[in-house]
Amino acid sequence: MATTTADVPAPRERDETVGARIVRFLSKGPVYALLIFIGLLWLVPTLGLFITSLLSPSDFNEGGWWQVFSEPGKLTTENYARLFDTEAITSSLVTTVWIAVLGTILPLFIAALAGYAFAWLEFPGRDWLFILVIALLVVPLQMALIPIFSLYNTLGIFDTVIGIALFHTAFGLPFAIFLLRNFFIGIPKDILESARIDGASELRIFFRLILPLGIPALASLAIFQFLWTWNDLLVALTFGRSTQPITVAIYSQLRQFGQNIDLIATASFISLIVPLVVFFAFQRYFVQGLLAGSVK
Amino acid sequence: MAEVAFEGVSKIYADGTRAVNEMTLGIEDGEFMVLVGPSGCGKTTALRMVAGLEDISEGTLRIGERVVNHVAPRDRDIAMVFQSYALYPHLSVYDNIAFGLKMQKLPKDEIERRVQEAADVLGLESFLDRKPRALSGGQRQRVAMGRAIVREPQAFLMDEPLSNLDAKLRVQMRAEIARLQNDLGVTTVYVTHDQTEAMTMGDRVAVMRKGEIQQVDAPQELYDRPVNLFVAGFIGSPAMNMIEATLERANGGLAAVAGSQRIGLGEDTLAVRPGLRAFEGKTVVLGIRPEDLEDAALETDTPADRRLRGKIVLREALGAEIMAHFTMDARLAMTEDVKELARDVGDERVAEGEAAQDDATLVGRFGARSRVREGEETEVAVDTRALHFFDPETGLGIYDEQTQGKGAA
Repeated sequence: MATTTADVPAPRERDETVGARIVRFLSKGPVYALLIFIGLLWLVPTLGLFITSLLSPSDFNEGGWWQVFSEPGKLTTENYARLFDTEAITSSLVTTVWIAVLGTILPLFIAALAGYAFAWLEFPGRDWLFILVIALLVVPLQMALIPIFSLYNTLGIFDTVIGIALFHTAFGLPFAIFLLRNFFIGIPKDILESARIDGASELRIFFRLILPLGIPALASLAIFQFLWTWNDLLVALTFGRSTQPITVAIYSQLRQFGQNIDLIATASFISLIVPLVVFFAFQRYFVQGLLAGSVK
Repeated sequence: MAEVAFEGVSKIYADGTRAVNEMTLGIEDGEFMVLVGPSGCGKTTALRMVAGLEDISEGTLRIGERVVNHVAPRDRDIAMVFQSYALYPHLSVYDNIAFGLKMQKLPKDEIERRVQEAADVLGLESFLDRKPRALSGGQRQRVAMGRAIVREPQAFLMDEPLSNLDAKLRVQMRAEIARLQNDLGVTTVYVTHDQTEAMTMGDRVAVMRKGEIQQVDAPQELYDRPVNLFVAGFIGSPAMNMIEATLERANGGLAAVAGSQRIGLGEDTLAVRPGLRAFEGKTVVLGIRPEDLEDAALETDTPADRRLRGKIVLREALGAEIMAHFTMDARLAMTEDVKELARDVGDERVAEGEAAQDDATLVGRFGARSRVREGEETEVAVDTRALHFFDPETGLGIYDEQTQGKGAA
C-alpha cells in the first residue's frame, strides 16, 4: 500500500538488458502466478453473487450461476431495477449510510482528541487512564447488549440511528485511541514544541498539525471502522426495530428455501460495493513517509 | 529586543539531579551569547527554560522587564531554531515560514511581505512552494532560520542549529547566522558543543560544566585567561597540553620542571602571573597550547631553557601547518577536569585514568617548513609568555597573588 515511490524514481529499469528482464520475470514469475491464483480463488464467491444478482429468479432456479458462461443472454439488470423500487431496501441503504458515517466520524474525532491528549499532554493519572482504555479492548460487545438496551430505553434513543451509531462509537473507541495515540507519539516532539513557541494553542496544534500529519493512521482507522459498522448485523438487530440498515433488511428477506434469492443477491452486492469504494477512496492516504523532511 | 537574565535559575528533576544549578547570567540587549559545554552540561536545558519548554525549579528568569517563569512559550515572544529544524512536513516552505505570523493573526499582506523579505535574505525565493522533504539539509536549515526571523521576536534561541550539516556547509552557515544576527541585532542565545562555533560566533561565551557556568567572557579572553583547567581544556583545538610540573627557584626567576626537563620562566612570565611565586617548590599543572610549541629548528634563537626534547610519534601534515605529536618523560595532569574532558571526546583510557602517565604525549602546531619525522628525537621551542598554570588541587588558573581568576568554579 505504500505509494511513496513517486518521489524517488528508481533508475534501475532504464539500463536493464532484455535478458536481465526475462531472468527477473522468470525468477519472480512463480510467485506472481501463485498470488494471482489465490486472488482469483478468493473472488469466486463474489463473482457468483454478482452473476446471481444479474439472473432472473426462474433462470437461477434452473441451475447454478455458472450456466451464464454457456448462455450469456440470460443476464439482465431487471433485479436492480426492482430493488430500487423496493422502499424497504432503499430506505435501509440510507439508514446504513447514516449509521456508518456517524459511527466512523464520531469515534475517529473523539479518538484523535484523546490520542493527542494521551500522547502529548501532561495530566495526572494519564498513564493509568490509558491502561484502562486498553483494558477495554478485551470487553466483548455482546456483554453490553442488555445493559445498553435498557439504558437506551430509559434515554429514549432505542430504535434510532444515533443510538446505533453511539454504540459503534463506544466500542470503536478503545482500539482507535490506542492506535492513534501510538501514531501521534511518533510525531517528532520538536515539531509540537516549535508550534507552541510559534504561538499556536493546543487546539490549533491539534487541527493544524496533528490531524494533517495523522492522515495515514486516520485513513486506515476510517476504513476498518466503516467496514465494521457497515457490515454490522448484531448491533442493528438489537437496537433497531423500524431503523433497519441494509444488513437487517436483507436478513428479514430470508425465506427458508431462498425463494427471493434475486432480491437478496442484488441487495448484498450493493451492500458490498460501498465498502469497496470507500476502501479504494481512502487507500491512497496510506502514504508512508509523510513525515519526511521535517527533522534532520 | 530585550535582555535575558538568569537569576539563580536551577532545574531539578524528580530524582533530585540538578541539570542546571543556580545559574546566573545576564545577556544584554542585542548580544550574541553562546552556551558551550560537553554533552550533559545543562546548556540545552538552560535554553529550553528560556523557551518555556522546561519548568524552572528555582530562581527567576527575565526576558526584558518581565519575569517569565510561568509564562507559556507562545506568550514569551521568542523564536527558536531546533537542532532537528522541526519543520512542518505537510506545509510548503512559505507556509512553514508564515506559520508563526498566521498564529499572531497578522494581516495577509503583512505576512506576505515579511515572508518574502525573509526568503530574500536567506536565498529561499525559488523554494517557497516546495515541501521540506524536497529540500537539502542546508535549505532546511535556512527555512528554520526564516521561521525564526520573520517573527521579529525579542530573542532568538538556537539549539545546536548547525550540528546536522556537513563540515563545509557548517562553516558557511556559521558565518551567515553570525552576519544575520549582527544585521538584525536581536538578542541571541546559541547552544553548541563545538568550541569553534562558540569562539567564532559569540560576542560572549559561557562555558558550562555539570549544570554550572564556569566562565563567561569574550572568546579571546576565554582563550587567553581560562579560569580553570576545564575551560582551558575545552577552549582551543587541538586541546591544550596539560602536564604536571614543579616550580623551582632559578637565578632570580622560577623554572617549571617536568620530568627531566626544565623550562625557565623569566620576568615577563612572572609579571603577568605574580601568583606563581606562591607556588615555589610546589607542583602545578602546566598548560601549553599546541600553537605555542614550535619546531626549534625553525626558531633557532630560542634559548636552551625554553626548549623541550621529545620523540615524534605522529606527524599530521595539514598543508599550512604540521601537527606534531611527541612524547616526553613528564606526567600527564590527571585531575577530574581532564578526565571529564577526555570522556567528552571519547578517550576512555584517559577518562578512566588508565593512560600511561609517565610518558606524556604532547601536540605541537609546527610551521609547514618543519622537517620533523616520526621516530626522531627533536627539540621543541616553547613560548613561555603564553604558558598557563593551574593549581592541581582546585583546578583554578594561577594569575594574581590570590591565585584566582575571575568568576568562581
